[in-house]
Amino acid sequence: MADWVEACAVDDVEEEDVIRFDHGGRTFAIYRSPDDEFFATDGFCTHEKAHLADGLVMDDIIECPKHNGRFNYKTGQAKGAPVCVNLVTYPVKVEAGKVMIQIA
Amino acid sequence: MAGTVKRDYSLVGESTRRAIETGLASAEWYHTDVSRKAIKELMQRSDGPAIRDTIIWIVAILGSAAGGVYFWGTWWCVPFFFVYGVLYGSSSDSRWHECGHGTAFRTRWMNDVVYQIASFMLMRNPVTWRWSHARHHTDTIIVGRDAEIAVMRPPDLLRAALAFTGILDFRYSLPALVRQAFGKLTPDEKSYVPEMEQHKAVIAARWHVAIYVATIALALTMRSWVPLVLIGVPRLYGTWHMVLTGLLQHIGLADNVIDHRLNTRTVYMNPISRFIYWNMNYHVEHHMFPMVPYHALPRLHELIKHDLPEPNPSMWHAYREVWPVLLRQLRYEDYFLKRELPPTARPYRGEFHEVNMSAAAE
Repeated sequence: MADWVEACAVDDVEEEDVIRFDHGGRTFAIYRSPDDEFFATDGFCTHEKAHLADGLVMDDIIECPKHNGRFNYKTGQAKGAPVCVNLVTYPVKVEAGKVMIQIA
Repeated sequence: MAGTVKRDYSLVGESTRRAIETGLASAEWYHTDVSRKAIKELMQRSDGPAIRDTIIWIVAILGSAAGGVYFWGTWWCVPFFFVYGVLYGSSSDSRWHECGHGTAFRTRWMNDVVYQIASFMLMRNPVTWRWSHARHHTDTIIVGRDAEIAVMRPPDLLRAALAFTGILDFRYSLPALVRQAFGKLTPDEKSYVPEMEQHKAVIAARWHVAIYVATIALALTMRSWVPLVLIGVPRLYGTWHMVLTGLLQHIGLADNVIDHRLNTRTVYMNPISRFIYWNMNYHVEHHMFPMVPYHALPRLHELIKHDLPEPNPSMWHAYREVWPVLLRQLRYEDYFLKRELPPTARPYRGEFHEVNMSAAAE
């Protein structure tokens, strides 16, 4: 059974930005899109172990800070070299000003 | 003092095994502390500066080519081909580099188009080189891991000097493209290009070789050297500026460390070289924060210079500094130049990496 976990407050993430969230020995990335929606993915790039939370959000793209690999953080889709493996995404909901993610 | 261990620069050899075993491969590197707000602002992409610079670049390429062709057969063509050669054989390197990172333009396809054109000008396979450069950023000057170590130890000074003529690069690059066009990748290339990408390298090589064959055919048909002087051969006569600036990035500094302040150099340069080189003279800054576009590197430099070694004030100064180090490395290959940090910097951390500091010149 997947659990909903409180990741952060809505105001912790700026618009068109990302923050890191650690839980249960795992690392996640929480995104706030330019149209004020929230998304969550695994926290590390699938190419090499770099924190995506140190990267740059542009529209619906997260760019890895290490090799500029790009993913669509809404779908997890890898957008080309040097990233070839998609990111795992997680369901997100906002309740009472808190961002919740569902972790399997 | 630890004894000298012979360096093995192949990417599938003894040094590779040692780098992986000791944790030097894919390690956590030192970064200067910069607030998220500041770095986010510096990382922001914009098409404007790169469009402006690319228009200047294309106009200068076409203008110098037109002048060279117009005055062909007279000495007046020499200055035009001098300019054309540098634009074709040297400035293409920085365009390849920045667009490969995807930082030059905000718009993705613009990066991709300039990347492909610059790769062709440089006789570089756009697929294998994209991956080798990713490795260079993961494992900068880690022996046995980094595919882009320009001067290995002990240094081959004749080879380094010949690099300015482009002969060695030309001799390597063209046969490599032909080999790749026939579907053959070396074990080194296979070590950093994922299997699922390898077929793309073969297709790209075939395109490049086809254009060179067409150029040679055109030259034969026209019974003229002009097509070759415009396409391909500038990689020989115009490479010197790329080597002049690029060699300074890491030469003579530490290897097998995980702090870019120890293995990478920032050099102040004149505005023309900075245009040709697209600000890659701020090389420590680029390696620490590869997401920052070339046009924002001077601002990044101002922000973090308190934590970095003093930049060399000129290329001349940097070469004068490195020359005795290279001579010493001929006899003692562990020797390297350790750049002094200012008092405001966080010190080099002994426990952060295993470097034989007793081999360092300060």
